Amino acid sequence: MISVGARASARRARERGRPRPIEVRFRTIVSPHQLNSRWGRRIYWAVLLTVLTFSTLAFVFPLYWMVTGAMKSGEELARMPPTLVPQAPTLDAFAEAWELFDIGLLLRNTAFYALGGWLVTMAVDVSAAYALSKLRPALGNVVLGAMLATLMVPPMVVLIPLYVTVSDLGLLNDPWGLWLPAAANGFNIFLLKRFFDSIPKELVEAALIDGAGPLRVLWSVILPVSRPILGVVSIFTIVTSFKDFVWPLLVMTDSDRMTISVGLSQTAGAVSQNAIMAGLVIAGIPTVVVFFFFQRHIMAGLTAGSIKG
Amino acid sequence: MRVLKRNLTAYGFLCAALACFAVFAWYPMVREFVLSFQRTNLVDPPEWAGLDNFAAVVRDPAFGTAWLNTVAFTVLALICGYVVPFATALVLNELRHAQGYLRFVVYLPVMLPPIVAVLLFRWFFDPGPGLFNQILGLFHLPGLAWLDSSSTALISLVIVSTWMNMGSATLIYLAALQNIPSELYEAAELDGAGILARIRHVTIPQTRLILLLMLMLQIVATMQVFIEPYMLTGGGPENATVTVAYLMYQFAFTYGDGYGQAGALGMMLMLALLVFAAFQLRLTRDDREVTA
Repeated sequence: MISVGARASARRARERGRPRPIEVRFRTIVSPHQLNSRWGRRIYWAVLLTVLTFSTLAFVFPLYWMVTGAMKSGEELARMPPTLVPQAPTLDAFAEAWELFDIGLLLRNTAFYALGGWLVTMAVDVSAAYALSKLRPALGNVVLGAMLATLMVPPMVVLIPLYVTVSDLGLLNDPWGLWLPAAANGFNIFLLKRFFDSIPKELVEAALIDGAGPLRVLWSVILPVSRPILGVVSIFTIVTSFKDFVWPLLVMTDSDRMTISVGLSQTAGAVSQNAIMAGLVIAGIPTVVVFFFFQRHIMAGLTAGSIKG
Repeated sequence: MRVLKRNLTAYGFLCAALACFAVFAWYPMVREFVLSFQRTNLVDPPEWAGLDNFAAVVRDPAFGTAWLNTVAFTVLALICGYVVPFATALVLNELRHAQGYLRFVVYLPVMLPPIVAVLLFRWFFDPGPGLFNQILGLFHLPGLAWLDSSSTALISLVIVSTWMNMGSATLIYLAALQNIPSELYEAAELDGAGILARIRHVTIPQTRLILLLMLMLQIVATMQVFIEPYMLTGGGPENATVTVAYLMYQFAFTYGDGYGQAGALGMMLMLALLVFAAFQLRLTRDDREVTA
């Protein structure tokens, strides 16, 4: 009995002496064997540390600088060399930015455009994808092809004629001037249709036999099983509209109808540096929060986007 | 009768989308073409202008510079924005720790509204207390004028552009790398291939399609660069950062009623990009055949 216990503790001691192997779930360029050799392990940790340091410096530090810049006084901000940590952090710049940029109004505008645009886009694109996928009208493929062809047109090229069109329709400074062009999104229709295509025909037929009309089928059969793709398309539509700059710059020119991006860009020349930074922090928070919560959806949508063409 | 009814319902569901596409996607393409031959101020009825718009655009002093700058920007942005994300993805794919954190961090700038990134970097580029010159000072290097000098302005724009866009390319490559079957690496290793040889003979051929596709997408996207020159330099100093898209904006909205000229310049940009777009379309088709 004693010898068994001794052997076990000896093994434990040996294991403690040797570092735990780096776990490999799928094989990549470097083989697990190489990775777990003495030098392989050293190099691995050195690379990991370098990558962590470098990517934090490159991508997180600028944001840290933005947030702390907003919390410094104007005098501290101009000091050379700069202070790494604000000496007397204040939120004054945020209050100042809120007043000067009228951020409350800008945020409300942007949220209204984003949510309205989302509703319009979903209503238009989901029903179109449903028709093309499940109702299969004559010339459906031609329509789909013509919609996908618009993805090939560089947006800056049609920017001016689109502006002229919207202006002719009297939609300048009107939220519909943002919403309707956004709804004409071939990529959304492509993603939705591809997902609807994968829904078994039997599911739809069963509902039809039960006497459901096409609208009922869409609402009670298709939409509930399509939640993943609806989530991805929704998040992308809202985030894109929130981030958009060039189109709202042209269409929403009244100062009380601007989006937050456009509002910041128009006033940025006239206010102090810490107030600008505070404005940027406020403008950046919503999308970063969305990213924090919907990271998985966003990354899934991104890789779906890689085959968009 | 049943067929007719089915078609009617289908087009009922389609009509909103058809209207949106017709007015805001298909018609503007036609309008672009027509516009480039018209003189219009959006108020009076447009007049036929023949090739006047094209002549005016070509005669503009910034025309040649704008094309050169756009090409230079695209080439520089490709050197940074194409090689760096792929290399980053290669390294990230080898790491067994902190993957989630690294992906999050790399993609973070993409989530920010572009205006936030651009205005933030405008401050970093400040020759006085700006972050970049302070960092250079830390290593006892002389500061640069960044946006204020015609020799560094364009590369400064490339830096911002790469910082805020490279995350999506990196994650797309990463997904492609994870689709490579591990047997291929094992076989290559058995054949005695070292790490570099494995990258050359397994990784790159296996990701060839997505690499080409992203190349085309990035060329088309960077050729349309607008926000960076608009916000950071206003095309200056001495036209060093005027790009084609920025010049187009200026024709339409700064020079006054030059919508026709902007349209003509847009047509030229369209033709230049069409070559790439056509190539991209062919690649996508190959890609679908491969994945199907």
